[in-house]
Amino acid sequence: MKRFAPLGLRTRLIAGFLLVAAISALTTAALAYREARSAVLRQTQDTAVASMRDVLDRRPIRLPYTRSTDLSAECRDIARLAKPHPWAVFAEYGTMRASSGNSGTSTVITPELRKAAHEAPRAVFQRVVKDGTPYLTFGMPAVMDYRGERIGTGAVFYGVMAMNTEQTTIDAMVLAARDGALPGLAISVIPALLAARSVLRPVRDMRRAARRMGEGRLDTRIEVKGRDELAELARTFNETAGALEASVQELQQAEARARRFAADVSHELRTPLAGMLAVTEVLDEDAARLDPDTAAAVRLVSAETGKLAHLVDDLMEISRFDARAAELHTDEVDMAETIAKTLERRHWLEQVHTDVPDGLRARLDPRRFDVVLANLVGNALRHGGGPVRIRVYAEARPGGPWLLTEVADSGPGIAPEVLPHIFDRFYKADAARTRSAGSGLGLAITLENVRLHGGTIRAANGPYGGAVFTVEMPWEART
Amino acid sequence: MPRVLLIEDDPSVREGVGLGLRRRGHEVRAAETGEAGLQALAEFRPEIVLLDLMLPGMNGVQVCRRIRDTSQLPIIMLTARGDDFDIVVGLEAGADDYIVKPARTEVIEARIKAVLRRLSEPAGRPSVEFHGELAIDRAGLTVARNGERLPLAPSEIKLLLHLSASPEQVFSRQQLLEYVWDHSYHADARLVDACVRRLRTKIEDPEGSPRYVQTVRGFGYRFGPL
Repeated sequence: MKRFAPLGLRTRLIAGFLLVAAISALTTAALAYREARSAVLRQTQDTAVASMRDVLDRRPIRLPYTRSTDLSAECRDIARLAKPHPWAVFAEYGTMRASSGNSGTSTVITPELRKAAHEAPRAVFQRVVKDGTPYLTFGMPAVMDYRGERIGTGAVFYGVMAMNTEQTTIDAMVLAARDGALPGLAISVIPALLAARSVLRPVRDMRRAARRMGEGRLDTRIEVKGRDELAELARTFNETAGALEASVQELQQAEARARRFAADVSHELRTPLAGMLAVTEVLDEDAARLDPDTAAAVRLVSAETGKLAHLVDDLMEISRFDARAAELHTDEVDMAETIAKTLERRHWLEQVHTDVPDGLRARLDPRRFDVVLANLVGNALRHGGGPVRIRVYAEARPGGPWLLTEVADSGPGIAPEVLPHIFDRFYKADAARTRSAGSGLGLAITLENVRLHGGTIRAANGPYGGAVFTVEMPWEART
Repeated sequence: MPRVLLIEDDPSVREGVGLGLRRRGHEVRAAETGEAGLQALAEFRPEIVLLDLMLPGMNGVQVCRRIRDTSQLPIIMLTARGDDFDIVVGLEAGADDYIVKPARTEVIEARIKAVLRRLSEPAGRPSVEFHGELAIDRAGLTVARNGERLPLAPSEIKLLLHLSASPEQVFSRQQLLEYVWDHSYHADARLVDACVRRLRTKIEDPEGSPRYVQTVRGFGYRFGPL
């Protein structure tokens, strides 16, 4: 089913009001017109018929008419007494035809009228429109009184009266009805607008409130006015908003507690670790002089302390992202230089092939970009294997150029079932949950760092095997 | 080996760092509070101070300011990563560098060495150079303005010496982190910015824009042109 294009509530209300006003105006006008018109016509016709009757009754009729000139004279006499308008009189008597005018017969009188006039010894009439002019035609047999009985004489007189005056009156009535209806319709727009306003304002308030809620301002409420259905709706809206706000607040508090707990735990772990990490060297150096078991135990403690420190560091970092406390400190840097420095610091220059245009400068947070690249290249070297390729290039996009950094390895690639979880925290690809060299947070931190730059990161498998990570960031990261 | 004053309230850190540094041959005096640390200054006469920012009572930033009131002793802050605000405040208060806890002793010692390291002298230059109102004594590591000696912290004087050795050459903040602080290229550039701000308050005319250490937007800093 084809639906009409949706119109605004205001338009629909105004249209409805106009329709109702138009229908009532039209109906009233039509009924009044009909009644008035028939009253006007009836009055004219009653007057005409009655006056003709009267004339005929009062005149002594000298029957029989032997000459048509007598009949014509009779017609002219009757025509003189016409009421309420002049009329033309025609007469029939046997085969004789006469009229008050020049022509013997009328073109207006219909055969039906004549037939009816001949059959019934009483007045008959008919309204005829000829050439746009309305006529009242009436036939009246001349009767004589014979011992209280009215007996037809065989002579029938017809009156033809133009009803121009009546037509003018009726036309004036139509005009008056129209002229009255139009302002009525125009005025009906005012209550329509008022009604639309009284409906639309609460609807608009509610729409505005709903939008504010959508923007996250859950404390939005609507002012409830009156007791109608819209007020009920507003009240329901407020109750729903209140419930929503309460449950969101509860969730947020729970989440904040969980985050604060994670942050507090890592913070608390850090202080003892600071002491422990400072002395791992002492353990390492002296382990050689201890008996083998103690030496192994001491080395284990030393190595795991280092890993623990790394894990706690990553936990702190991720809790800062969660708490939205991570800050971006951007600088304009030479991309080739910044990438070379990342590789050089970790002694990866030999294993990594870079493809970076000379003189390419971008605005980013150098420390965070170093973390991103080191994580990706470190992963590629550990899981994929060399040679690892880094490609940096620019891409024009609506809103400005973007910086794309691709890190590809030559390993077996990433299993399809792992791909969707690759950036999850502590996600372990194999079920055995063996601990890798990293904290398990490396890629999660990478993702957060890229997001902080307003960018995205994608993991996929290259066309010739090997994992490909693509970092996409705006050319100028906004702080 | 330098004498190190360690001001740290946590016993395990105090003991661990002290143990590690002594093991490497440093003479370490540990103080539990800022007040105790300030008292130890005169008597112990350390060459460098390791200062924890989170101290009970008088906090690390206040201790740092108090030390800077009277001396240009090298100060390294001990902070926890994430206490970003503290780092900035500590650097503004006059610290020369910072170490994020937990750190291995080798890292701590590397920082100490970097702060105490003298920049290599450019050969064949007079020991005292004049740049505008500044007289820079490269051998004596002193700077005077209109004949009046300026109290510059070690990081400040090193930055000024490095920039003024190549007037009008632009150094990126990353390069300065490497050359002046021995940090990695990707380290926190706010170290440089804070040091530049401190240096400017001492050598520049407070009215008007900086003459000596100028910012080159998008690139970094340069000395002059005067």
